[in-house]
Amino acid sequence: MKVIKIDKNIWAGGIDSLRSGYRLFGPVMQGDAHEYKELTSDETPDMAYTNTRLSPKSVVFPQSEPMFTYSLDENNPEHHILKDAPKDYSPRAVIGMRPCDAKALSLVRMNFDTEEYRDPFWMNSYDATTFVGLACDSPCETCFCTSAGCGPYHEEGFDVLLSDCGDAYEAKALTEKGEKLLAAAGWTAEGDASVFEPKKAEAEAKIVCKVESSNLRGKNSLDLYDAPFWKELSFACINCGTCTYACPTCWCFDIQDENKGTEGVRMRNWDSCMTSLFTLHGSGHNPRDQKHQRFRQRFMHKLKYFVDKYDKGLMCVGCGRCVQQCPANIDIRTICNKMNGYEAAS
Amino acid sequence: MQNPYKAYPVRIDDIQVATADKTLRTFKFVFLNPEDEEKFSYHVGQFAELSIPGQGEIPIGIASSPSEKGFVMFTVFRTGKVTSHLHNMKVGDIMGLRGPLGNWYPIENLEGKNIVIIGAGFAFTTLRSTIKYLLEPENRKRYGRLDVIYGARNPGMILYKDELVEWEKRDDINLNLTVDGTDDPDWKYHTGFVPTITETQAPQGDDDTYAILCGPPMMLKFTKPVLDKLGYQADHIFMSLENRMKCGIGMCGRCNIGKELVCKDGPVFTLDKLNEMPEEDQ
Ligand SMILES: Cc1cc2nc3c(=O)[nH]c(=O)nc-3n(C[C@H](O)[C@H](O)[C@H](O)COP(=O)(O)OP(=O)(O)OC[C@H]3O[C@@H](n4cnc5c(N)ncnc54)[C@H](O)[C@@H]3O)c2cc1C
Ligand code: SF4
Ligand code: SF4
Ligand code: FES
Repeated sequence: MKVIKIDKNIWAGGIDSLRSGYRLFGPVMQGDAHEYKELTSDETPDMAYTNTRLSPKSVVFPQSEPMFTYSLDENNPEHHILKDAPKDYSPRAVIGMRPCDAKALSLVRMNFDTEEYRDPFWMNSYDATTFVGLACDSPCETCFCTSAGCGPYHEEGFDVLLSDCGDAYEAKALTEKGEKLLAAAGWTAEGDASVFEPKKAEAEAKIVCKVESSNLRGKNSLDLYDAPFWKELSFACINCGTCTYACPTCWCFDIQDENKGTEGVRMRNWDSCMTSLFTLHGSGHNPRDQKHQRFRQRFMHKLKYFVDKYDKGLMCVGCGRCVQQCPANIDIRTICNKMNGYEAAS
Repeated sequence: MQNPYKAYPVRIDDIQVATADKTLRTFKFVFLNPEDEEKFSYHVGQFAELSIPGQGEIPIGIASSPSEKGFVMFTVFRTGKVTSHLHNMKVGDIMGLRGPLGNWYPIENLEGKNIVIIGAGFAFTTLRSTIKYLLEPENRKRYGRLDVIYGARNPGMILYKDELVEWEKRDDINLNLTVDGTDDPDWKYHTGFVPTITETQAPQGDDDTYAILCGPPMMLKFTKPVLDKLGYQADHIFMSLENRMKCGIGMCGRCNIGKELVCKDGPVFTLDKLNEMPEEDQ
């Protein structure tokens, strides 16, 4: 694997060179927090950030996205026929993404790229993107990635992984796509591959928070579902949905038609299993009309159903966003430990 | 690969009021592009998204049989936004059809077996598709005994009545029609709830006899123990479920029960499988 050294004094110039070939996305300060956004021609990614409030899932899966357009005007010979919404799948690159967020996208990909169906919106965006990661040398207190099948130097889902070495980045090209981006930026100086291992060990040692999940797969799903603790655990939850919006591994969406006069767009929008409308039937019946049922759905999906369905670990990468942002102090780490340790009375 | 969210354009070819209270209508659709009909090749028990640009999409079971060519048929209960709009549409209007979606009643694996079909209310649509298919001469001879038990609130609420009356006269199907109650002196079929009629009319369960069930939750709840008593094994009972849906292709995450997605892993499950799945509502 090729390692390139990027002196920080040529960093901004390289980013500028990338602008002609890529739409660039990266973390920038927005108000009082960092967020991922498409960079304007005078913005560079702020590589000094620790974490963003929302995950970068929006780069491939926008919060609201047009799927089709249509005309309701009966004089239009093609009225009421869905037309592909205009899309831009030209090459794009995310610069400075955290390893947990990249792993999250590879987990979510399993949902959108299946044997039977391929979600063209998600997949085309994903395929158009080059993912340039930034390893975490100073993780937050709420991070538990090393217990969630990930880590501060995890490479899964990246095309390039950068490690900040003070005056320079060491850049590991992980795929051909990654090599192409480094070349396009004009970054060619040979780097030092040996920095990665020790820095990785050092960063991993800083993540002290551990979550137990090794028993989850062996547990009986119905036992966990019927466990007595759901009402108690969900007591403080206000079903605000913050956790699902901020989470990089939450992908549920809604489809809505938006009309303006005789023109309209079929949109898809992020949705949340924390709202009761999510499952409300036309008849008024709702299989999850109570708070603890929706709460249980979120955690069972992440920590049990997904685990059973794919055998690829948790549907959580330990980014800690939901822990930091929940207004009711609900902590997935506590819930995971509780589920992992639960023994049903026989 | 084709975009699985894109509906085939169709024209409404026929609309019939299906019940006396006019809450159900049966729609026949014809594909604007004839080659789409081939792509929409379906099995009995599958569903489709009826896609009305400007209104939204609704999952509806396919009521026509794969053996009926030239159209696809659905029977729709008027309840909320999209179904109400559909009820106000007219013959000739253009809309979309997306599918076929979901799994199906595995009747191709049941050759030589006896089949009992039990339905209630307007969930009878995909059962109509199944019966119609099984009764085609080239299909009927491949199966053993065929029993049907179908219940509605009153005679006016029975779907596909003309067809049922014709089927009732045949000797290769035992059709048991029932209503919850009626003061119609001309009603010459059963009166009583589906579970009760099942108890007296359904054949005994054995290795070669399978049940297909579709209906409202109460009917399912009370029919299951009856089938158990009659000796049906849980893996010989197929049930079709309904959950709120959007994508219909296993992507939007809305319709799950446990790790199963009703839209893709279902809507048809064996009772055996359902027993391993959490009971939502608790
Ligand atoms: C597999 C399957 C087969 C079905 N077959 C039939 C049928 O043959 N005939 C029939 O009349 N009805 C059937 N239904 C129920 C039908 O889909 C709902 O009645 C319909 O979606 C209500 O839409 P609405 O816009 O009028 O209601 P609203 O309450 O306004 O709903 C808004 C949206 O919510 C969703 N939604 C609401 N209720 C349901 C529901 N019960 N199931 C799924 N999505 C829902 C739809 O996306 C709908 O557009 C079936 C449902 C499923 C899942
Ligand atoms: S952020 Fe907290 S309060 Fe809000 S829905 Fe999630 S768990 Fe509940
Ligand atoms: S569940 Fe919480 S900690 Fe896990 S990936 Fe989602 S936001 Fe991050
Ligand atoms: S309806 Fe979207 S996953 Fe089933």
